[in-house]
Amino acid sequence: MTTYQEFIQQNEDRDGVRFSWNLWPSSRLEATRLVVPVSCLFTPLKERPDLPPVQYEPVLCSRANCKAVLNPLCQVDFRAKVWACNFCFQRNPFPPSYAGISEVNQPAELMPQFSTIEYIVQRGPQTPLIFLYVVDTCLEEEDLQALKGSLQMSLSLLPPNALVGLITFGRMVQVHELSCEGIAKSYVFRGTKDLTSKQIQEMLGLMKPAATGPQGRPVAPQDAAASCRFLQPIHRVDMNLTDLLGELQRDPWPVPQGKRPLRSTGVALSVAVGLLEGTFPNTGARVMLFVGGPPTQGPGMVVGDELKIPIRSWHDIQKDNARHLKKATKFYEALGNRSAANGHSIDIYACALDQTGLLEMKCLSNLTGGHIVMGDSFNTSLFTQTFQGVFSKDHNGDFRMAFGGVLEIKTSRELKVCGAIGPCVSLNSKGPYVSENEMGIGGTNQWKMCSLTPSSTLGIYLEVVNQHNAPIPQGGRGAIQFVTQYQHSNTQKRIRVTTITRNWADAQSQIQHIESSFDQEAAAVLMARLGVFRAESEEGPDVLRWLDRQLIRLFMFHLRRSPFLQVFNNSPDESSYYRHHFTRQDLTQSLIMIQPILYSYSFHGPPEPVLLDSSSILPDRILLMDTFFQLVIYNGETIAQWQKAGYQEMPEYQNFKQLLKAPQDDANDILETRFPMPRYINTEHGGSQARFLLSKVNPSQTHNNLYAWGQESGAPILTDDVSLQVFMDHLKKLAVSSSA
Amino acid sequence: MSQQGYVAAPPYSQAPPGMGGYQVGYAAGPAQPLYGHLGGAPHPFSAPAAGVMKPPGSTAAGMVPPPVSSQYNPNYQQNGSHQQSLFCTNTVSHGQPPHALPSSVASPGPPPTQQLTNQMSAMNLGNYGKHANNLACVCNKTFFLIFFTELQNKMLSLFTSFVVTMLISVMNIFNSSCLALPGQFGGMMPGPQAGMQGGFPGAMAGPPQKKLDPDAIPSTTQVIEDDKAKNGGQVYCTNIRGQVPPLVTTDFTVQDQGNASPRFIRCTTYTLPCTAELAKQCQVPLAAVVKPLANLPKNEAPLYAVNHGETGPIRCNRCKAYMCPYMQFIDGGRRYQCTFCNCVNEVPVFYFQHLDHMGRRVDFYERPELSLGSYEFVATLDYCKNNKPPNPPAFIFMIDVSYNNIKSGLVKLICDELKTLLEKLPREEGADCSAVKVGFVTYDKVLHFYNVKSALAQPQMMVVSDTTEMFVPLLDGFLVSYQDSKPVICNLLDQIPTMFADTAESETVFAPVIQAGVEAFKAAECSGKLFIFQSLMPTAEAPGKLKNRDDKKLVNTDKEKTLFQPQKGVYEQLCKDCVVQGCCVDLFLFPNQYLDLATMADVPSHTGGSVYKYNNFQMETDGEHFLADLRKSVQKHIGFDAIMRVRTSTGFRATDFFGAIHMNNTTDVEMAAVDCDKAVTVEFKHDDALSEESGALIQCALLYTNISGQRRLRVHNLSLNCSSQLSELYKSCETDSLINFFAKSAYRAILNQPLKNVREILVNQTAHMLACYRKNCASPSAASQLILPDAMKVFPVYMNSLMKTAPLVGSTELSTDDRAHQRLAVMAMGVEDTQLLLYPRLIPLHNMDVDSEVAPAPVRCSEERLTDSGLFLLENGHSMFLWIGQAASPDLIQGIFNLPSLSTLPDVDNPLSKKVRAIIRDLQNKRPNSMKLQIVRQKDKPEMLFRQLLVEDKGLHGGASYVDFLCYVHREIRQLLT
Repeated sequence: MTTYQEFIQQNEDRDGVRFSWNLWPSSRLEATRLVVPVSCLFTPLKERPDLPPVQYEPVLCSRANCKAVLNPLCQVDFRAKVWACNFCFQRNPFPPSYAGISEVNQPAELMPQFSTIEYIVQRGPQTPLIFLYVVDTCLEEEDLQALKGSLQMSLSLLPPNALVGLITFGRMVQVHELSCEGIAKSYVFRGTKDLTSKQIQEMLGLMKPAATGPQGRPVAPQDAAASCRFLQPIHRVDMNLTDLLGELQRDPWPVPQGKRPLRSTGVALSVAVGLLEGTFPNTGARVMLFVGGPPTQGPGMVVGDELKIPIRSWHDIQKDNARHLKKATKFYEALGNRSAANGHSIDIYACALDQTGLLEMKCLSNLTGGHIVMGDSFNTSLFTQTFQGVFSKDHNGDFRMAFGGVLEIKTSRELKVCGAIGPCVSLNSKGPYVSENEMGIGGTNQWKMCSLTPSSTLGIYLEVVNQHNAPIPQGGRGAIQFVTQYQHSNTQKRIRVTTITRNWADAQSQIQHIESSFDQEAAAVLMARLGVFRAESEEGPDVLRWLDRQLIRLFMFHLRRSPFLQVFNNSPDESSYYRHHFTRQDLTQSLIMIQPILYSYSFHGPPEPVLLDSSSILPDRILLMDTFFQLVIYNGETIAQWQKAGYQEMPEYQNFKQLLKAPQDDANDILETRFPMPRYINTEHGGSQARFLLSKVNPSQTHNNLYAWGQESGAPILTDDVSLQVFMDHLKKLAVSSSA
Repeated sequence: MSQQGYVAAPPYSQAPPGMGGYQVGYAAGPAQPLYGHLGGAPHPFSAPAAGVMKPPGSTAAGMVPPPVSSQYNPNYQQNGSHQQSLFCTNTVSHGQPPHALPSSVASPGPPPTQQLTNQMSAMNLGNYGKHANNLACVCNKTFFLIFFTELQNKMLSLFTSFVVTMLISVMNIFNSSCLALPGQFGGMMPGPQAGMQGGFPGAMAGPPQKKLDPDAIPSTTQVIEDDKAKNGGQVYCTNIRGQVPPLVTTDFTVQDQGNASPRFIRCTTYTLPCTAELAKQCQVPLAAVVKPLANLPKNEAPLYAVNHGETGPIRCNRCKAYMCPYMQFIDGGRRYQCTFCNCVNEVPVFYFQHLDHMGRRVDFYERPELSLGSYEFVATLDYCKNNKPPNPPAFIFMIDVSYNNIKSGLVKLICDELKTLLEKLPREEGADCSAVKVGFVTYDKVLHFYNVKSALAQPQMMVVSDTTEMFVPLLDGFLVSYQDSKPVICNLLDQIPTMFADTAESETVFAPVIQAGVEAFKAAECSGKLFIFQSLMPTAEAPGKLKNRDDKKLVNTDKEKTLFQPQKGVYEQLCKDCVVQGCCVDLFLFPNQYLDLATMADVPSHTGGSVYKYNNFQMETDGEHFLADLRKSVQKHIGFDAIMRVRTSTGFRATDFFGAIHMNNTTDVEMAAVDCDKAVTVEFKHDDALSEESGALIQCALLYTNISGQRRLRVHNLSLNCSSQLSELYKSCETDSLINFFAKSAYRAILNQPLKNVREILVNQTAHMLACYRKNCASPSAASQLILPDAMKVFPVYMNSLMKTAPLVGSTELSTDDRAHQRLAVMAMGVEDTQLLLYPRLIPLHNMDVDSEVAPAPVRCSEERLTDSGLFLLENGHSMFLWIGQAASPDLIQGIFNLPSLSTLPDVDNPLSKKVRAIIRDLQNKRPNSMKLQIVRQKDKPEMLFRQLLVEDKGLHGGASYVDFLCYVHREIRQLLT
């Protein structure tokens, strides 16, 4: 008998699923009492190099409102060549191609090890991937040069048949025509005018000519790719586009003293979405927005061009002082929804020292599954490497990205779907599986994810609907089927089907079993997602209160302090950025985000994880902290002095050199795999950057608890935040008092 | 104002070194070299001043004129004299000896105010009334005789009246229909009359019976030739107040001695009536035609630029008039009195100068603003928009690349031409290269802007399809220096024709194109000119979309005016935007059908632009013609973002302005641009009485940005006489200016009134002016005499011609666009242009002296002057015809054409051909527009077009002949007098 630990790990590896509970309480009442809902983190496209896709269509249940896929849980009558659907119990005949099956000759989808299986299907024409660059030209010269370099580099990473497009913007928006010889052509839009999709297509000349042409001759049918001059196969326009990018100039319009450059991000995106909408609806496409500042004019404007008026802060938002916030958010939301409806995803690469309006624009990426990357400058490795990471390839040489994903969930009748939290939009598919109780994006059992990576993870929230007085027979099992249809990056259409099952348990008699099946990590992340989802839509303090009421668990101390819920010391953009990543990363990464990992390197022994506590900060230690977004190497006071003294250069102190190198090597390992690239900070005791570490650790010693002074047990943190000890004490008090 | 000092040229050679503005050429000492240069002997210009004022000697006084013999009837001869008096007696009906008439002329007792005139009349008649023409005119059933008596005076080059005496038969039923239905007068044409004469041989008492000899009525060509003979090649000094300048058709050299050259300002009369009553009585319009940037011939010095540094030009504190020769320095030079408003101003310290014994500043000759009529000030920042020095102006070429223009080859033609033309952009005298920036736009339904920045390897095209709210997509690289960006521009011009070679677009926009230009200038903070080449009516969905509203049914109705009125809305606002930004629009149209020119030309005609129109453009026949226009248009001397203010001395003021201008208020004439050919006609009205002693002053100040982007103030000063004697006024009238004024005011009036009314007003005013002269200035004579003031003796022919012009003649055969085009073209014309338009030059080529330097003298514009064997050149500034008579000798034709085909004029190496081509070339150069040479053969169908321009004949589309008109006017006068 394997432990739950192993079972959970095994299930995650095979199916990409982590459940909060691995035994399910058998009635609604019991489930509610458990506080943490039956829910799971599901990674639809978890990399499974060991799983070869099969080259045929899945077999579907013939019941119109079921259509579940044949899976290992189905009962099969090999003689009658019929199978019973385990969700609706419909008996279905096998299709003629399955005539040869028998107990010894089973198709893959019936084998238990293929609880997750991938089908390659032939549906519709294969369309190449589309990459539409939307580039801000209101950048500093240095930034622009760096960005141009990155963009030119990215061209070489694209498959030759991929379609590329280029839109640049500043005060105006330019859509570049790519296939022209001798003269560089572009269509220009005013940056202040909101245009409808139809107007944009008309102005770009994409509308079909009137039915009766002036000459009356029929217009030759052309495929969309040939007719669209703005999106061209990379192999055809490589040179042109490289030159075009090379000649890209900073926005030439003068920026008067005391003004921000006029940046028409809103219109640029609107044009990009309109262009794709008109030419390639329902085809995998990435709009990649590169911005170096906030939108300052036209629809989607986040801040005016007067420098004396700063961009909104949390303070302004709370005071309802953010003039453009609502309007801009509404604009970008509408745009994001349009884009999502057409299956196009939008990435935002924002590099600036100040905010760039991610708060308003985040929905573009959140709704369409696009990336958000935030950095200080395009001229940093953070950006360049993250950007390269977008184009990383798997072992088959295919991009780690997929498009147009549609996830459908089918459940046994005792369960219903409450909702999902992650980079998806509802497809509003009402059906027997949908619960009235909404958690996250609910009211549907189908979601669309315009863009997916192997690590894209959704939190799925379920509800046990079985009534208390209708007991499930002993040994009954519940099942959930995840059907993910998507466009693979090699343009194949694929369907991945994951069917999982768990046992039902009576909470009254088997409470200890249920308890032991609890996955603390999964539950933490799932609850945190709920918290973040609420934080996005509700006022901050209410969410904290809700969380406190819901849970008394250790990690919640860190979650409470995390930037996902706390906005103090974070700009609205940063909050949006952190939340964006939190709601899409897989469990491991999410955990790191909630409770950063702290490793200690010293001469006293091998590297070891230490408590995220100020007591861990000792003079003779090197600390490596990973918060997902930041990677901090912190040299203790003594270490720092040694380093300054240059001991590591001396042959007799080789060991010190190695000690210094060890955390750096580990950091590099993380840097290589992490997307987006974390901010890499190498600091020391008393260094200005040490604040990254100090703000994260548990302030067990502060300037307030005087007894700690003078002891050799870590570093005091100058904060008024309560320490874990105080927090726990308080919790205990609350737990025993009846008023809690 | 002292006049003696002007005899000698100002000693500019003595200018102190500080006066940098003076050129060596001008400083070459007294006037003598200047005259020498012209080859003529120094003209005794001290004499005429007195001469004009008073007839010398008293010999004429009281002389009784001899009887005029009606038998004395030599052929009328033009011999350079202006002293003409014609008598017309209908002997048949009156039976009175004709000599009875002159006796009444001599009858004593004219009122004192008219004495001078009468003296002269009497004197003239008495001494020189030796020639008389007796002419009979037979007209349908009504017949009458007109006798012309010519009196000449060669000794005295002064004259008063041109008298046509008409004795009209008792049963004269001369009625108004003679103008409205000129067909009645068909009998006056040579053909039918021959037969008519036979019917009344015995009725003619003395004179041999003849038809009315056209030679006998005042001849424009004769007047022009006379003035040429008198003033041609002479130096005209502007040192006398109220001096009437030579005619526009005469070549003369102007020496500025305190008044603006007539090239800049011409007036309808140089003697203003003292009171409003007098002005009202005579109805002679008081107006000046100002051409502020007129070109000066090479032998006249360009205007001096005066730079007063940071203080800027010195101006009167009250009326803001600029320092000029009329300012009176008083108080030892410490103060000056403004002659415009009489305000006494302090002289700024830096400007102080002592006065000499005559009360004149010692530095009088060193300062152009004290001694010249025209000069420029360098404007300070106060005179600039936003107090910033202006940027150099820019030219934007905006080419319609829709199907029509591509197919006709026009786009390629323009692009090819621009490559050479851009090398010759206008530039400041002495500058290495032009400061003018250039930009390029092509358009059909959408606009394509081009980035031609010098740093680019290839041009970039930026398409703007949002025509509802036009904007300029780029700043840097749109307006560039041609010299810097030459390779990129040439690359672009090479590509444009091929880029659109396959276009099928047949719709275009228009208003957004202009808007784009305005926005471009706004973004670049400069002024400039748009060259728009369009072939279609803008029908694409965009602001300013037009629809066909041509309706021939409206012609000759009260609604006809709507055909000339631009459509309101978009274009109105566009005009304002253009003017504010200093954006001038030159429109080149290549229509195949109606395109609502009245509306399309609205912006050009309010921004100092021109409209060029090439109907049914064909590369072979019209290409060169168009290119010539384009070259002229690009290379013209031009000023931008101009504002003109006309100030006058007290007693009268400028009340109305005509031209390609925009008026926001009643005084400031705003012009997006003004070029050397654009003139503004300014009408004056009395406020108060004027004094004969101090005269009347006009100061016309033009603030503009010159071609190199410098802000300048050009000041023209003119002093006029005032008189309480109407005869003085009539004496110093100028017909050519008068007709310019009448043309412009009539062409404006047709926007608001039915044509019929406008024509009536014109005739009535003509009659009134002449009747007033007759009544107040001419010596008493028989009512049947038509007496014309000498200065206005050819006025009727111009007036008649004006009424026969396309806009004023209500004919359905004329295209509405053509009519609107001519209407707008005339509004901006100067005196030379209207003169030529209304009296074209008809030059006989068949009998000229090929060795002569000069072109043959033109003959009168009438069919009668044509000879079947002749070869004539006819031009009016807009069209040019080479007419070949039926019986022209083959040698002649061969000599010029060298070919059986007569479509073009080839280079043939013989003196005749060379001479003909030289004449044509010379005329083409002189005129503001290029003229398409059309070769017509007598009796061929195209001859119709040619005949339209024979303005002394009956109009093809209606309108009386000169003779008929004269008769009609005479009748009107008679009615007024009774």
